[in-house]
Amino acid sequence: MSEKNTYLPYLMTIEKITKEAPGVKTFRLKFQDEAEAATFEFQAGQFGEYSAFGEGESTFCIASSPTRNGYIECTFRDTGRVTSGLSSLEEGSTMGFRGPYGNVFPMDEWKGKNLLFIAGGIALPPMRCLIWNALDLRENFRDITIVYGARTVKDLVYKSELKEWEERPDVRMVTTVDPGGETPDWKGEVGFVPTVVEKVAPSAENTIAIVCGPPVMIKFTFPVLEKLGFRDDQIYTTLENRMKCGVGKCGRCNVGKLYVCKDGPVFSKEELNLIPAEEY
Amino acid sequence: METKYISQSGIEQWFNAIITSGKRVYAPVNSRGQIDFKLVKNLNEVSSEYIQTTQSIKASVYPKAEVLFSYEKVNGKVNLTDFDPESVPETVMWKVHPCDAAGFKPLSAIFNWDGADKLHNAHLAKTSLVSFSCASADESCFCTSVNGSPGNTAGSDIQLTMLPDGGAIAEILTSRGGELAALLPSVFEADKGVKKEKYLVDLPARFSLEEVNTKLSKAFNSTVWKEQSERCIGCGACAFVCPTCACFDIQEDVHGSKGRRIRCWDACGFAMFTLHTSGHNPREHQSQRWRQRILHKFSYMPERLGVVGCTGCGRCSRACPVDMNILEHITSIAQQ
Repeated sequence: MSEKNTYLPYLMTIEKITKEAPGVKTFRLKFQDEAEAATFEFQAGQFGEYSAFGEGESTFCIASSPTRNGYIECTFRDTGRVTSGLSSLEEGSTMGFRGPYGNVFPMDEWKGKNLLFIAGGIALPPMRCLIWNALDLRENFRDITIVYGARTVKDLVYKSELKEWEERPDVRMVTTVDPGGETPDWKGEVGFVPTVVEKVAPSAENTIAIVCGPPVMIKFTFPVLEKLGFRDDQIYTTLENRMKCGVGKCGRCNVGKLYVCKDGPVFSKEELNLIPAEEY
Repeated sequence: METKYISQSGIEQWFNAIITSGKRVYAPVNSRGQIDFKLVKNLNEVSSEYIQTTQSIKASVYPKAEVLFSYEKVNGKVNLTDFDPESVPETVMWKVHPCDAAGFKPLSAIFNWDGADKLHNAHLAKTSLVSFSCASADESCFCTSVNGSPGNTAGSDIQLTMLPDGGAIAEILTSRGGELAALLPSVFEADKGVKKEKYLVDLPARFSLEEVNTKLSKAFNSTVWKEQSERCIGCGACAFVCPTCACFDIQEDVHGSKGRRIRCWDACGFAMFTLHTSGHNPREHQSQRWRQRILHKFSYMPERLGVVGCTGCGRCSRACPVDMNILEHITSIAQQ
């Protein structure tokens, strides 16, 4: 029997740890086995099961771009047993990774289109993978607009990258914090993400909007996009249901008849309309 | 497929031959009034008077808690020890009912629908089923409503139908069944031409699966879920006794520098099953969990995997501490 044990993780070395925001860290991970590193492939939108040996597994997206070879990155907030176990690990430590799982953003279909990225808080990581992927293949796309917001200035993640995107002439970057979350020297917008999107008013023509954020942000952003003229097949998001196996067996991420781990995590709004909203 | 006759003493000799071969044999044993599959060595340990064991035979191919792999942390490094399929012993499940044997198909559909599950398949490869057709049933049984029957041979390697003389009609159904019979071929006598149907309980179907499926396709927002689950306490007993429920959790078992990652049975009826770390829970109410249970078995599985997630064994109804009855609930959905 030569089948592979799906649950056996790759062993990864934490090469670099970046503190992003209070409780939020990014790990850069390298495969300990070179043969595994050489054959590993993924695409933007996919996720994995990350494990702290002794604590268990947690589900996060792959936050680095597939165009950057040799490593993967994940960004997570220290909230539960596993994430706190991961958070206590240091550079050079060993952790586990299983993946890549799930479907992908249909980037090939988006060639020649404008991309509008809308993200809130800790939901920037899945989009960061896609943003870098698009920027590394910049000639494939037309205008790129990023609207990113967090509760407060200190909750913004990937601060150095936000700056980099801001400085690029080929990216329109809009950063915002919720009212009351600004600091005296804050130069970005102040306002909730949906309000800022309405203000920025990107054209819907030949544009794909990708929305990642807390459910409440998504709920209020969809109507704004609709008002701006976006059709449901122009809007994409990712669902983040609780998972254990990541491979369609543990039964946890069922949303209607779909599995977020297999049929998602990437869904167009057109697809979301076919599944019960109360299940995610 | 071959039909034979085996006498009462032949059954006992054959059973002993299986034990002598070194295979583990699990059979229904009455332990202080509760009948369940236990490791046995003698045929006289096997219970004769019962309709259904409390637990199904699911654990034989999907253990309640199974080590996915183990690990040891040594000087900052981690050494993994993979699950070894060879560690699974040859097992015979004796006196399984057809509804239990039929449970392997939906279980395997879940574990293998998109990517093979090495662990489950290792157990399947080592497990043989000797089923006994059903001469009796109780008010919870409804196999005939879900593509089954008291003499259904699906999933069985050998099926015995007991005859009044203490002997049995032996249907040798698979090559694995043939290997089991070959342990003592002399007791398998020529077929006496007796029809097994005469010795099966008559169990009329109570609902049509097609009808249930059609009703369920429009029932997501129905009030029926709340009405039916008003008294559900979310104990998960229904899932644990079910031969096809496969939902699991993955847990960590740690002792110093050594640990094991373990797959454990879980239940969609538990409040924490879908709870996010953020506190958001897509299924906050018991009625939503009950709906998931029924839709998964009778709508999502047929549509996505081509199998019904129910064999009509009735265990969930018998085990429910608040008397929820799946047969009544499904029948009422079909009649809506």
